[in-house]
Amino acid sequence: MRIKISNGFVIDPANNIEAKHDIYIAEGRIAAIGIEPEGFSSDKNKLKTIDASGCHVIPGIVDLRARLREPGLGNKGTIASETRAAAASGITTLCIPPDTTPVIDTTSVIELIHQRASEAGYAKIVTLAALTAELKGEQLSEMALLKKYGNCVGVSNALSPIKNNLVMRRAMEYAASCGLTIFLHAEDQGLAGNGCAHEGAISMRLGLPGIPETAETNAISRDLLLIEQTGVRAHFCHLSSARAVQMIARAQYDGLPVTADVTAHHLHLTEMDIGFFDSNCHVRPPLRTQRDREALIAALATGNINAICSDHEPHDADAKLAPFGETEPGISALETLLPLALRLSEELSLSDVIDRITSQPAKILGIDAGTLSAGEKADICIYNPQTNWILKTEDMLSAGHNSKFSGWEFKGKVTHTLLNGKIVYTNQSH
Amino acid sequence: MKQHDIQLDKDGKLRHFLTIEGLKKQMLLDILDTAGNFSSVGARQIKKVPLLRGKTIANLFFEASTRTRTTFELAAKRLSADVLNININTSATSKGESLLDMLRNLEAMQVDMFVVRHNSSGAAHFIAQHVAPHISVINAGDGSHAHPTQAMLDMFTIRRYKPDFSKLTVAIVGDIMHSRVARSQIHALNTLGVPEIRVIGPQTIIPKEAAHLGVHVYHDMQQGLQNVDVVIMLRLQRERMEGALLPSEHEYFHMFGLTEEKLKLAKADAIVMHPGPINRGVEIESSVADGPQSVILEQVTHGISIRMAVMSMALGRSSLTDGGQN
Repeated sequence: MRIKISNGFVIDPANNIEAKHDIYIAEGRIAAIGIEPEGFSSDKNKLKTIDASGCHVIPGIVDLRARLREPGLGNKGTIASETRAAAASGITTLCIPPDTTPVIDTTSVIELIHQRASEAGYAKIVTLAALTAELKGEQLSEMALLKKYGNCVGVSNALSPIKNNLVMRRAMEYAASCGLTIFLHAEDQGLAGNGCAHEGAISMRLGLPGIPETAETNAISRDLLLIEQTGVRAHFCHLSSARAVQMIARAQYDGLPVTADVTAHHLHLTEMDIGFFDSNCHVRPPLRTQRDREALIAALATGNINAICSDHEPHDADAKLAPFGETEPGISALETLLPLALRLSEELSLSDVIDRITSQPAKILGIDAGTLSAGEKADICIYNPQTNWILKTEDMLSAGHNSKFSGWEFKGKVTHTLLNGKIVYTNQSH
Repeated sequence: MKQHDIQLDKDGKLRHFLTIEGLKKQMLLDILDTAGNFSSVGARQIKKVPLLRGKTIANLFFEASTRTRTTFELAAKRLSADVLNININTSATSKGESLLDMLRNLEAMQVDMFVVRHNSSGAAHFIAQHVAPHISVINAGDGSHAHPTQAMLDMFTIRRYKPDFSKLTVAIVGDIMHSRVARSQIHALNTLGVPEIRVIGPQTIIPKEAAHLGVHVYHDMQQGLQNVDVVIMLRLQRERMEGALLPSEHEYFHMFGLTEEKLKLAKADAIVMHPGPINRGVEIESSVADGPQSVILEQVTHGISIRMAVMSMALGRSSLTDGGQN
């Protein structure tokens, strides 16, 4: 089957394309952009045309971090349910952190994940392997083997920061010699304590245990010193504070091999949104102040923060039905990644917005994705930028309906998603 | 979006009583006035009015309490309500699911009001958001967040001695960070128009953010007590020593314990309050707790009137002339 996407406005930041072009797809790959290859439409029976008039055509979105809950937490979601939600949201590649149950510290877990993903057929999955065995922060995982036989794209200790500085140093050294990027969740557990909200005016008002900014910055400071010492390539996950942004920008200026991401919800929510204990605002790291939010957006514009991710954490209803501090942190966020990114059009150019959710995350992961170059796998998202819609949690495809964005009005809705040149999602009612 | 409206019904009347924050001054004055009407009931031969006859009130205490639970129970009984006391060992309940299940069960028993104490901030709001529409929720203390009936009984006590809130300087001494009592007192004092509220203690228990509550922060007790009209001492929890918040009870008493000597810095007619239970020799000297300026035991008495007022108002039957005679 060949596909022609006609009359769409193509945005492909990696190739500096921002213009109306037709896209030609054959054998699952992009055959050409703009100029029809010879003989492409010779057999009309094998040609499908997608009319993308009025729509934007962008590379399939690459989500740097999403928890699909399988294996281990089937009550919160499955690879099938979550990749289906991803496809409906224009996401074609998902990177999953190693804190599944069992932990991704053996190739068999990676094999299981890939098998489930290919059975579902909605999206590609790449994995981060555990940095230490069982994420305990004591013994190194078999990261060379996990890379060689499991094709993991990086290593991470997920949300369990390594306390012991010596173990951290060794893990960085070993990852460096394996050529693996280390993905860091910067949190000093002593300072974070049992906190569940940003330590500030709101936590003070509500009597919630706070997580100070220094829980993040103190951890970043240690990690940056060890990165400098070991030379490992490092990526900082979900920055949350202005001060953290400053530290990362400085390290990049000094030439350290460091990248960073921010979640879509940290770009749109602050501690104020907690209101009177809205458990959908219980996220980790916590939502911080308006000043922090503005600094995160500014750093995204300058490129010091390289990418936006969903940090998708679907939950069963019970996980959020408790007093704030007793609820589980996280937002079901796949379905709001693109819409929330598009809302940044005041601060970033459209091309930069698309860049931060396609080619940049692909670069961080070191994978061939996130562009529409001829010869690449045809992973493509088509959305209508004029469609207005309101998020209703009951309409969400993810098994997790825990979104703070219920009732928000968005502009821009996905009409088609293509994975390896196959249409995996279509909704032409928009 | 206006979630604070959850406390009020569509006519602006009290439906739940969860926090002082967001309530108008007139509402607080109504509570104080209603409590004033009820305070004579306790002095009668028969200490009962039939305002809540036929109503069922469940005291749900997920955290130990003697004084608060007892005064709530007495208040409910003096209003002729039926009272269920349910003490729940939190370790036996596994988070929200069973909490909601328990609420559903009690709703099925046609309970009209839940009085809730819980060790998590926001628990009372959570329950109020999930109960059937005819049920009222009264917060009897949630985590470090709020304890609004305690704050109102303190306001009641203050007004007895110092009728004009707009002329007062009030000092609250102790662990503001972890105190639901202090948070509610500060909201109440601000709403009632007290021009100067001071909080006194070391930075570990009064962090910089405390200023956001609308108070002046003092780390030196001698300075903080100068010319105040009301001194409110907070109970010091023993576990604060373990979290490296304070070095010892000994040092705390030396620096922040209320002694006769330090009390002299306040105005001569200043009153001394404490929500109880008292740690004698830790935050307050016995001679002060039992001294002429102390109104600590009166606070307990007023607690019954305030709770009668809040319960009857939330169930829409607060006027003594409404049927008090049948």
